[in-house]
Amino acid sequence: MALTHSPEALRAEGIRKSFGSLEVLKGVDLTACKGDVIAIIGGSGSGKSTLLRCLNLLEHPTAGSLRIDGEEVGLTPDGRGHLGAASNAQIRRIRTKLAMVFQSFNLWSHMTLLENVTEVPVRVLGIPRDKATVEAMELLDRVGLADKANVYPAFLSGGQQQRGAIARALAVQPKVMLFDEPTSALDPELVGEVLKVITSLAEEGRTMILVTHEMGFARDVANHVVFLRDGLVEEQGLPAQVLGNPKSERLARFLGNVGRTSDHSTDYGRQ
Amino acid sequence: MSETNLTAAQAPVVASGRSEPTIGLWGWVILAVAFAYAGYAMRWDWLLDWYPQLIRGLGTTMLLLATTVFLGMLLAIPIGLVQVFGPRWLSIPARAFCTVIRGTPLLLQLWLLYYGLGSLFPQFPAIRDSFLWPYLRQAWPYAVLSLTLSYAAYEGEVFRGAFAGVPKGQLEAARSFGMSPWHSFRRIWFPQAFHRALPTLAGETILQLKATPLVATITVMDIYSVAAQVRQQTYLTYEPLLVISVVYIIVAMGLLKLFATLTNTRYMRAPN
Ligand SMILES: Nc1ncnc2c1ncn2[C@@H]1O[C@H](COP(=O)(O)OP(=O)(O)OP(=O)(O)O)[C@@H](O)[C@H]1O
Ligand SMILES: [Mg+2]
Repeated sequence: MALTHSPEALRAEGIRKSFGSLEVLKGVDLTACKGDVIAIIGGSGSGKSTLLRCLNLLEHPTAGSLRIDGEEVGLTPDGRGHLGAASNAQIRRIRTKLAMVFQSFNLWSHMTLLENVTEVPVRVLGIPRDKATVEAMELLDRVGLADKANVYPAFLSGGQQQRGAIARALAVQPKVMLFDEPTSALDPELVGEVLKVITSLAEEGRTMILVTHEMGFARDVANHVVFLRDGLVEEQGLPAQVLGNPKSERLARFLGNVGRTSDHSTDYGRQ
Repeated sequence: MSETNLTAAQAPVVASGRSEPTIGLWGWVILAVAFAYAGYAMRWDWLLDWYPQLIRGLGTTMLLLATTVFLGMLLAIPIGLVQVFGPRWLSIPARAFCTVIRGTPLLLQLWLLYYGLGSLFPQFPAIRDSFLWPYLRQAWPYAVLSLTLSYAAYEGEVFRGAFAGVPKGQLEAARSFGMSPWHSFRRIWFPQAFHRALPTLAGETILQLKATPLVATITVMDIYSVAAQVRQQTYLTYEPLLVISVVYIIVAMGLLKLFATLTNTRYMRAPN
């Protein structure tokens, strides 16, 4: 990130978040320049999902500031001790620039795959249906699901659903894509197909922030790794340095544990 | 609750609209004997004099059903909704409304409204002078009101469960893609909740049909009250009741068919 000179796509500063008396994020800074692929790693409960959800205000942070695509997000106290969007119109517009891919896919189950992909372009972004349909078919083709366009999500495998969810995210032409453990809910044999799609997105220079437990994947795809522990960034930097040569003992221990528990993490997408 | 459970639990309701159960050879024989007996031993000449009233009565019954199901549903949606995500000052009254209405006999509610409210209104000159008075003097507004409230209370409960059953993650996805709350309600939340509720709505609507004869007790001329008139004037007991029984069965079967065609379960995995 600091290495590149491309313009800033997302900047979060001093993000704090409490649930009741539990302080989950204790002041986190995160900057993504155009083309950055940032991997967020950390133990369970370290606040990775919460951080990601604060970036599009699915979760209201307790403190902090957000800049997306050069635009400051207006934040104002929401009456419950957190910061909500100052303008509903602005946050909706900004959310269409940040597409999220969820661990549990969350495709809309009463819509076909094609309808899932065209819903937001047509009804939120106002793109004509014909044009949106053509683009959606291209995206489905790209994630290998052209033949499933008229299938409902319940009739797809987890891997297919997640690739569909990625197509839905791509359809809004996001400035930054947010992935929250996109492969954690998948059977091991379906992980590779999804990681392959994400890798191809990274290769074409898309800006992405992804929470992942796949260390091998993070090393190959990310250009920056952030280790979150206990609501703070404990260590960050180049993947080779952070993952290969950790400075803090906690990160070393964390990497040791992950290495032992996930064997398939290195052989994603390699035929 | 998964959609497969829901369809499985409601299977009897939907199934009767989907697959035609055959009554078999003996069924037909028994039916033929029953009709032969009815034609031979019972009197049907009164039908010639009474069928216009019967048809008008059926019209009243159907109008009452359609109006109260429609209005009841309109009420039930917010009643269900506020119980799922509304503030307490809305969700508590909504829950109380459902509990009270579902916990008391419909006949009682009907009489309380008709005799209670109906005799209270004339004491207020403002009401007596208002343009509503010509209607409030009649019985049918009270019938519509009490049947609507009853349907709303039962359906409010159904919608509460149906709204709560839509996976949270799908609503979150809608929000994360910049949909407004109304957009996400209209396009994601409501359609799925409605599909979940439909099988139960079919059954509840038939119960509503069978509750309509109660309005005869407050002088609304539905099909049942016509049958009661026939009995008084012709001293025939069974014939008019048999006729309207057949009418109710036909209407109920039609309703099941209607709901079965409305029910879109294409996107749900068939229970296996
Ligand atoms: N809505 C919520 N209400 C209360 N506590 C919450 C809520 N969401 C998260 N938490 C708590 O915040 C902490 C961080 O949760 P978060 O989901 O961000 O962790 P994570 O790093 O994503 O973990 P995992 O790897 O298991 O997904 C946890 O202790 C969790 O219990
Ligand atoms: Mg998480």
